[in-house]
Amino acid sequence: MSAKKNKELKSNNFIIAISAVVLGLIAGAILILIIGENPFASFRYLVRGALMSVRRTGTTLAITTTLMLVGLSIAFAFKTGLFNIGASGQILAGGLAATTVAFAVDIPHVPLIFLILLTGFIAGAIWGLIPGLLKAFFNVHEVVSTIMMNWIAYWVVFYFVPAFLKGPSLETESAGLPFEKTLRVSWLTELFDGSNYINVGLIVAIIAVIVIKFIMDKTTLGFELKAVGYNRYGAEYAGIRVNRSVVLSMMIAGGLAGLAGVAYYCGYSGKIQIGILPTQGFDGIAVALLGASSPVGVVFSSFFFGILQAGKGFMSGNTLVPPEIADTIIAVIIYFTATSVMFKNFWDKRFKKINEKRNIVQKDSNSIEEDN
Amino acid sequence: MDYSIEMLHIRKEFPGIVANDDISLQVKKGEIHAILGENGAGKSTLMSILFGLYNADKGEIKINGKKVEINNPNDATAHKIGMVHQHFQLIDTYTVTENIILGKEGSFILNKKDASQKIKDLSDKYGLNIDPDSIIEDITVGMQQRVEILKMLYVDADILIFDEPTAVLTPQEIDDLLDIMKGLKKEGKSIILITHKLNEIKAVADRCTVIRRGKMIDVVDVASTTQSQMASLMVGRPVNFKVDKSEAHPGESILEIKNLNVLNAKKILGVKDFSLTVRAGEIVGIAGVDGNGQSELIEAVTGLRKIESGQVLISSKDITHVPIRERNEAGLGHVPEDRQKRGLVLEYNLKDNFVIKDYYHSPFSKNGILQQPVMKEYGQKIIDTFDVRSGEGLDSLAGKLSGGNQQKAIVGREIIGNPKLLIVVQPTRGLDVGAIEFIHKQIVNHRDAGNAVLLISFELDEIFNLSDRIAVISDGKLMDVVNTSDTDERSVGLMMAGVSSKGDK
Repeated sequence: MSAKKNKELKSNNFIIAISAVVLGLIAGAILILIIGENPFASFRYLVRGALMSVRRTGTTLAITTTLMLVGLSIAFAFKTGLFNIGASGQILAGGLAATTVAFAVDIPHVPLIFLILLTGFIAGAIWGLIPGLLKAFFNVHEVVSTIMMNWIAYWVVFYFVPAFLKGPSLETESAGLPFEKTLRVSWLTELFDGSNYINVGLIVAIIAVIVIKFIMDKTTLGFELKAVGYNRYGAEYAGIRVNRSVVLSMMIAGGLAGLAGVAYYCGYSGKIQIGILPTQGFDGIAVALLGASSPVGVVFSSFFFGILQAGKGFMSGNTLVPPEIADTIIAVIIYFTATSVMFKNFWDKRFKKINEKRNIVQKDSNSIEEDN
Repeated sequence: MDYSIEMLHIRKEFPGIVANDDISLQVKKGEIHAILGENGAGKSTLMSILFGLYNADKGEIKINGKKVEINNPNDATAHKIGMVHQHFQLIDTYTVTENIILGKEGSFILNKKDASQKIKDLSDKYGLNIDPDSIIEDITVGMQQRVEILKMLYVDADILIFDEPTAVLTPQEIDDLLDIMKGLKKEGKSIILITHKLNEIKAVADRCTVIRRGKMIDVVDVASTTQSQMASLMVGRPVNFKVDKSEAHPGESILEIKNLNVLNAKKILGVKDFSLTVRAGEIVGIAGVDGNGQSELIEAVTGLRKIESGQVLISSKDITHVPIRERNEAGLGHVPEDRQKRGLVLEYNLKDNFVIKDYYHSPFSKNGILQQPVMKEYGQKIIDTFDVRSGEGLDSLAGKLSGGNQQKAIVGREIIGNPKLLIVVQPTRGLDVGAIEFIHKQIVNHRDAGNAVLLISFELDEIFNLSDRIAVISDGKLMDVVNTSDTDERSVGLMMAGVSSKGDK
């Protein structure tokens, strides 16, 4: 009886993620010490840079938004047995399509927001559809095809933007979207003390997390997609249409990354640059890994990485620590999340000892009860 | 008494299950000591403790009377304990010699010549008949196993553990292996043989420790104990080797296979102009040597493989080219040949696996939303009816179950839907007598409920025990269909070898 009440301690993804984060920070601290700075002061600047004012927090949340959607895309793909390394291309596809529509269509702000979100999702989904079809029908591995799709998106943007969306001055980026054509809304900007970056993408991202979590946990669709991800032969035997599932998974993953592109290009920056493959596509892999590929985990890990990204400039401005230290911390964390088996074993051993001690105590108390 | 190995009062717990509960094992020098137990009884756990893969929660290990600590396989090797695992640990593209010296190369410059000579000598001494220079992927499974044995001999192991060594071997190879074990014994090695095959124990073992559900039941002298005595010790009740079944009362045709042609993986015809009918209320067994088109035939009928020409009907509905789900809905149940690849999603828990074919329809889902309470109730029914044992019940991951319980879970899932046609492929491979008896009974019950059963097995015993009629397949062609009561193993064996029973063609 009491054994159930006193639930056994077990290592879980949360503890593993925290362990990776702590070790990442320690590694960062060591590097900062080598430079000759105080790690605690530096980390304080890092956090303050991200969160010290409402306005800065808004910026951090805007950075988080993109990471959350990309992280969700990659986490979803992982759960369904796919490695979506093409989020960068899907971000570009979604961002470019949404920007184009935003320039081309003259309708009121709110309907326009819905329209460009839909456009971005569809464009990203198409960018995911092609590798999905290639995998389902020709057995082309998605890592290869999505990387190729990245470069196709890169070059499409490279030629499309100067040709059709050229700004007044620079050759290398599109014209800026006017405020009433972006995802920025005045009440949100005011709420965050005039932050130029915060946009409704954040709300979209949170809704996306909830929707994806619901699909994965509660629906027959999620049941199918996960089954195919875990064991496609078993799924095929059970009568699940494996090819359809693979294509659908890639489309949903692509669509989510496409939304990230809308949030970034039509919300955060308000314009699209050429010659840049957005690094968020790869940062999203770290977000998904640290979040243990779970939608809720992605929320926290994207916020954490958002803080690092947003605060690193402030840290290097106030200390001699270069901003690359923040990237190093991210890299170390990825390293430790990737080797999470190590932590699992460590904590399992720890907890086993604690559990054993508890059992002894419990037995003693049980025998006392029996005596009574 | 001179014991080479003593494991005393071993206890090992896993979450939700006590795998070993106060088990003691004493192996004498130069004896073959069998450990007999059902799937999941705790045999492998006990051996993993001895080999240092797990640490015992309680108990001690003595080697030659001295207490030792074995924390990892290197410790075990240092104490001259060697183990042949069920799944061989060999690198396919390396030679025998390279595999054996792997990890014990010694100096930076490889001296393969000496090693090769030593392996040759060992091979000759124990009659293993292994060429040290052949590449692993070129030699048979039986020979690969002997390479594993050589690995142990190469490091002078005195205590040899064999974990279910015959599961992967042909009958001839099994005989060879048993001879080799006797030879090793003669040279003074102590052998621990983990198995649930009674005839093998009878053939080579001196003594046998019986384990049931994690507890030690008895240690018996093999020579003075009968197989059925050992079997009842193992399962805890008398065991029936013969299947009890009454006369079949076949009804209308359920499965009709007409002039079926199917390509195999090499894109040549694996099934050739095959026709067969299975009627309600009968079990038809397909006998044949592995690789004669059985897999292709079943995959074609169940929808996993494309049909070139011909027709398949279930209850008069043409299913030749319909998707798998439609076949299931037409009344097909299928216990697949490979339970881990096809039969289960190992990362899903039992509850999810039980509805893997039915999750999409009512009552398991409504408007695309899974109905967890219904799934739980349904899953619990299968667990209770088919005695599926696991650590955490419905929440246990399928991959954590023992092989026998995985099989029971699949058989349970397929039978509980009461399919008109049940196809069972190798339903009892690798299972112990208790589980075999249980699954056979379920199959017969299914027949008695008025359903058609198509059985594929490579074990003639099983075919003869269960089938009402036997269809013999050889080289993808149907040789003949005979009533089980009108034939014997010899004539079926001849047909399996491709010799027609009708005349001298």
